[in-house]
Amino acid sequence: MTVSRDATSGMPRHTTSPRVREDESPAEAYTRIADLVRERLPDVVENAVQDRGELTLHVDRDRLLDVLTLLRDHHDLRFELLSSVSGVDYLNHPGLADDRRLHSVYHLTSLTFRRRIRVEVAVTVEDPHVPSAVSVYPTADWHERETWDFFGIVYDGHPGLTRIEMPDDWEGHPQRKDYPLGGIPVEYKGAEIPPPEDRRAWA
Amino acid sequence: MSHDLYAGPGETTDAKVINVGGQDWDEVIAATQDGTDDRMTVNMGPQHPSTHGVLRLVLELEGETVISCKPVIGYLHTGIEKTTEYRNWVQGVTLVTRMDYLSNMFNETAYCLAVEKLLGIEVPERATVIRVLMMELERIASHLVWLATTGLELGALSIMLYGWRERELILDIKEMVSGLRMNNAYVRPGGLAVDLAPGTEQKIRSSLELMPGRLDEYEDLLTGNPIWQKRTQGVGYLDLTGCVALGVTGPIMRSAGYAWDLRKTEPYCGYETYDFDVPVRDDCDVWARYKVRMDEMRESLKIVAQALDRLRPGPVMVADRKIAWPAQLALGGDGLGNSLDHVKHIMADSMEALIHHFKLVTEGFRVPAGQVYVPVESPRGELGYHVVADGSNRPFRVHVRDASFVNLQAAPAMTEGGLIADVIAAVASIDPVMGGVDR
Repeated sequence: MTVSRDATSGMPRHTTSPRVREDESPAEAYTRIADLVRERLPDVVENAVQDRGELTLHVDRDRLLDVLTLLRDHHDLRFELLSSVSGVDYLNHPGLADDRRLHSVYHLTSLTFRRRIRVEVAVTVEDPHVPSAVSVYPTADWHERETWDFFGIVYDGHPGLTRIEMPDDWEGHPQRKDYPLGGIPVEYKGAEIPPPEDRRAWA
Repeated sequence: MSHDLYAGPGETTDAKVINVGGQDWDEVIAATQDGTDDRMTVNMGPQHPSTHGVLRLVLELEGETVISCKPVIGYLHTGIEKTTEYRNWVQGVTLVTRMDYLSNMFNETAYCLAVEKLLGIEVPERATVIRVLMMELERIASHLVWLATTGLELGALSIMLYGWRERELILDIKEMVSGLRMNNAYVRPGGLAVDLAPGTEQKIRSSLELMPGRLDEYEDLLTGNPIWQKRTQGVGYLDLTGCVALGVTGPIMRSAGYAWDLRKTEPYCGYETYDFDVPVRDDCDVWARYKVRMDEMRESLKIVAQALDRLRPGPVMVADRKIAWPAQLALGGDGLGNSLDHVKHIMADSMEALIHHFKLVTEGFRVPAGQVYVPVESPRGELGYHVVADGSNRPFRVHVRDASFVNLQAAPAMTEGGLIADVIAAVASIDPVMGGVDR
């Protein structure tokens, strides 16, 4: 690999990526990306959402690895880096459309084109299986262990899906919305303060 | 392996267990001599002075060669992400700042940028400049802690004292600005908690004059030192392919020859308008990470100086009364506290102001439903906040992509096949902060 260097210090210098297309707005790029994925993998993208300047592809969980591989390897996409995998439990969220409340969310970064997209798969609590992305992005290893630990999403094909933050013998998945917090009411200056779960919420 | 999770020390079926508990070293050596297996498993940590907190490494050794290294984390897990779901949006700042405790301002700013993106608001220019100023000061402080602890672990004891000493200068500035040395809760959704205290600029400028000379002194101490060179050069090798595959970002990726710095590649907070370079090396080892961090501190000093010159009088909080924190905080001799003028205003002058204050402080503002992912360049790499809102006054989900958490995955790749002494150098070069790893 060649690195351009500063003439005096010999230190490699930062250069801008020549591959970023200046003539294309982010929204146009997102539309092009979504169309490309739809064209290459028909009936896989359930929904492509552009919101607040970010693109989310909701995809069929059985074809997740095909989508990730395409996004990583296609010369117009090149999402080389998996930045993050996070779980979200959409229980009682106003945007939840069906009973697939557990979401596994992949944040992908293209180092070449300097853009990001989000790929999201949804599963039910009864059948929380998602194919593991470790074979495509090795960095998914710890992220998926964390999501299994906190949300109980089972990543099929993961090399060692064990708990990572909670103790090995912990029962339940603490970041699910229906996981009991277990607080007790506390008296403070004569008033009773309820545990966090029972406090007033302005939903 | 014994499958009883509650087995006591030594209760295992497949190997001999030697407990090292401060006895005579000869006894330990003698106990290892009559074993039948050459391979030994050593638990390094979770209480070990060179594991940067409570990291546990399960090392399989043959002699001094590391055959396998398995990082075990979770000893500092405090459930901060879950806790944010039961506090309002502003209170979230005080929680996230406690994750990676060496990059408080980065956590606060990234969280606030995410909340502001969800709200669709722009913060005032002065607030953004002060955010940049504080982040860059903190980057220097964080790298100084890295230099101090890594020096300590590799036997360069004097650099440890100097690193902590200069970090103290920056902590003093943070204390002057926010009232606290660490865990500042200074950056708030919509701007800042309070404007810079009088005299802050002069204090920062006097530190700026001091720092370049001090950084040169550290390099004079370390760079030419043959022990330092031998402990760092060619150690903990991780090339760019490995970095991308393992998700490693920050100084480690830049030590592998790739100038990926979010301040340049995906600018936020107006970083595209500052003049600075992204230091890069292509040696892929601990030495390269040392040089990258030293150079980054100098670049941060350049940004701090530019930010100081850009400070113009103006508001540090959005004008929107539905979002802006109503209380005017005042910095007194005993720290940041309520402004007596504001208390008088709401208690004696205006019932409407009291109601407004009460509603916004107890209930807080609401954030329209949606999700965003906001990354910033923390001292350790990409710090990303995935924040989901459901339209209420509390976050629905806050997931933190902490750079330490991801970078620590590279520990086996950097250490396996090397010597056990190099494990210390390699893990130190990752600069893991366990508060951020475990959250």
